[in-house]
Amino acid sequence: MELFHNANIDWLGRKWYFLGFSLIFSVAGLISMGLHLAHTGSPVPLGVDFRGGTQVLVQFQNDPDVNQIRKATEAAGVNAKIVNYDTPDKREMLISLPEQSDASVDSGRKQIVDALQAHYANHATVVRVESVGPTVGQQLEKQAGLATLYSLIGMLIYLWFRFELIYGVAAVVAVFHDTLITVGFFALFDKEVSLTVIAAILTLVGYSMNDTIVVFDRIRENLRLSRRESLTDVVNRSINQTLSRTVLTSGLTFLTVLALYLFGGEVLRGFSFALVVGILIGTYSSIAVAAPMLVAYQGWRGSKGKAAVLPSAKRSKA
Amino acid sequence: MKKNLNGKIAIIFGVLLVCLYGIFGIPKGVTGAAITSAITQRIHLGLDLRGGAHLVLQVHVKDAVRADADNTVARIEQDLQTNHLTFTQVVPNPDSPHIITVSGIDPTKSSDVRNELSDRYGVEYDIASLSGGNGFTLTMKPSLLADLESKAVDQSIDTIRDRVDQLGVSEPEIQRYGLGENQILVELPGIDNLDRVSDIIQSTSRLEVHEVTGDPQGYASEQEALTSVNGSLPPDELILHGDSQGITSDSQDHVFRLKRVSIVGGRDFRDASAIDSSDTGRQGVNFVLTNAGGERFYDYTSTHIHTYMAIVLGSRVKNVAIINGAIRDNGQIEGQFSKEQIETLSFTLRTGALPASITQLEARTVGASLGSDSIKQGVVAAVAGMLAVMVFMLIYYRGAGINADLALFLNLVILLGFMGYSHATLTLPGIAGVILTIGMGVDSNVLIFERIREEMRAGKGPAQAVDQGFAHAWITIVDTHVTTIVSAAILFMFGTGPVKGFAVTLTFGLLANLFTAVFVSRVIFDSHVNHKLAGQKLSI
Repeated sequence: MELFHNANIDWLGRKWYFLGFSLIFSVAGLISMGLHLAHTGSPVPLGVDFRGGTQVLVQFQNDPDVNQIRKATEAAGVNAKIVNYDTPDKREMLISLPEQSDASVDSGRKQIVDALQAHYANHATVVRVESVGPTVGQQLEKQAGLATLYSLIGMLIYLWFRFELIYGVAAVVAVFHDTLITVGFFALFDKEVSLTVIAAILTLVGYSMNDTIVVFDRIRENLRLSRRESLTDVVNRSINQTLSRTVLTSGLTFLTVLALYLFGGEVLRGFSFALVVGILIGTYSSIAVAAPMLVAYQGWRGSKGKAAVLPSAKRSKA
Repeated sequence: MKKNLNGKIAIIFGVLLVCLYGIFGIPKGVTGAAITSAITQRIHLGLDLRGGAHLVLQVHVKDAVRADADNTVARIEQDLQTNHLTFTQVVPNPDSPHIITVSGIDPTKSSDVRNELSDRYGVEYDIASLSGGNGFTLTMKPSLLADLESKAVDQSIDTIRDRVDQLGVSEPEIQRYGLGENQILVELPGIDNLDRVSDIIQSTSRLEVHEVTGDPQGYASEQEALTSVNGSLPPDELILHGDSQGITSDSQDHVFRLKRVSIVGGRDFRDASAIDSSDTGRQGVNFVLTNAGGERFYDYTSTHIHTYMAIVLGSRVKNVAIINGAIRDNGQIEGQFSKEQIETLSFTLRTGALPASITQLEARTVGASLGSDSIKQGVVAAVAGMLAVMVFMLIYYRGAGINADLALFLNLVILLGFMGYSHATLTLPGIAGVILTIGMGVDSNVLIFERIREEMRAGKGPAQAVDQGFAHAWITIVDTHVTTIVSAAILFMFGTGPVKGFAVTLTFGLLANLFTAVFVSRVIFDSHVNHKLAGQKLSI
């Protein structure tokens, strides 16, 4: 069995469509983040991990009634947000409170649990509690952001060393593009970004980077073989040569991630959502963002009368 | 070639065995339960997967600095008094206790005071003149301050560990938290009731015995207590509230004047137990002092007969007692204690007091059932996804699909083996790392196979196609893997919690991947090609 035998698609001829598509999605992501920022003060809905607050997941023996729970919590002086969680047959409710200060990390949980105990006695079980003070939340946010930034810089330096600076820059721009769009989806669908979602975003960064490097590697190899061909043709050919691999790998990874999204349960929902979106975008960007950027850069250098920067100058230990 | 191949196959089986041991150890039986327990003993599951409590605590190190400053203040006062150098007061700065101000000295004796201070405290403190010229400030040297703060955190960790051990939590994790200053991470598997745990961990109940300087009956208000000393409290005294059980019959709020520096306290206590109140109707705690503490207590009580001492719990006077004779190393405290208070008190006395107060910054519990639910669902999904991938590889690449499937399977075994040996913890984000690993593992195989197909299309024979295919794909695989390992290493260095868990499994997974996709797959191909008759085609 074979896919794309001798594919001959002019990818770079479609670069304006790609650019348009990427712009639309990036701008849509930015706008929804902007709107979210204006409404709530943060560009994406942040989970308890980052924003601080208390979340109590409660399982009820009988079908829970939101109004009753609200009455019970309000009677205890708690103004909680109550939402249905997961499938109705599990009868789980997520009760949350915004956190006031570090000093009250523990009190929110006590208030909610006490209120439920008073009203439901043994008919409600606390399944999960998360209370995060604002200090830790901010630290986590800052630290997750910094770790991601540093790891991008690390990748950039490695690619610079193995290829050329422009290759590293193009790959990082593509990854950044993927992250922006994926995070934009979280803002658009009002899904909370938690620490596990960060792990998923890191996964997609790794995945997208992997995809881009495969294409770049082929470009480097082809450049070494045929020096007279124009870069546009080389890039096109390289993408076509790796197309089977791209579609196969992405398709299979997408399959795994989709299984996780469909059968992984509510705990993994945000996480697998990020991956489902991220795999699609990551695959697209290696072809439609990273590769055209290389060609555009060389074109720009050419227009200034400078020689092209080609990674073939560097020896790789084959 | 053949002999070489056998050696390689031996290496692969060796790795497989070592990794299987890493996952299972030597199981006690072959029943499902025995195998499951063997696995869970070696592969540590994160709290998000098995349930438990996760706390991040802030140590208020200023408390410890303050306690140290109080001691220094007492020493300075004594020094100046023995040298007949007068002063109005020696006090630590209320907001930054590492700065102590000595004020109201006689300007003509200024240089004497400075000499005395720098002789005795110059090593630990920087000494500067007050702007008025009639006093000095002593500022603790930064290295010493940092040391003191760091010690407070270390001692808090030790104390919390003792307390948690007494609770009987198995495999608790108590360590400094990498995110912020002076934070501690406490992870308690299997605990999903936070109330008791956080009470016990946070309890600062500190028992101290102070000399009573004012009326042993206490005063009705702070104002009254101050009036008794003409409106200004001597610098070596402090005022505390308490109820006066044992002295008067009422139990109203009273105010006591006490010597600031305690006779015994904190670390001087060795053990405590509740007095059985059922037959006597009295409540209290029996305590035992350490040798050094007992010695000090004996010296004090034998020279202060018929004076009063106050027993202070937390910052409240619990009891005032008259000293009738010398006491060495044990005694009783009676007073109004709730049953819980006694329990916590005796408990904290046994384990030692915290050097500083502690607050919770983060508290999470995951019920064990939720944990096992998410494992089940996660594993089912991952297995389903992986099976689909494996079936597809077989259909698409036929014979070579077996290589990929074996490599993928071995990859997972090695990854889990690594986890078993390194005692790294498998968390939910760790599973994300596994997914990326599987994705990249499949990718390595696809890269190689597509390359081999290309070479065959170009008219090369099986052996040469395999050779060339691997050689070309190898460069790409190294680039993709090293890039990702670089980023995983950085995430490991700068990340905490979930980000770190992700980085660990990813790094292990990619190392395993390099081995399986390149080395193992190659060996399988080679043995395959060797068995082929010339001219036969490769199944790919």
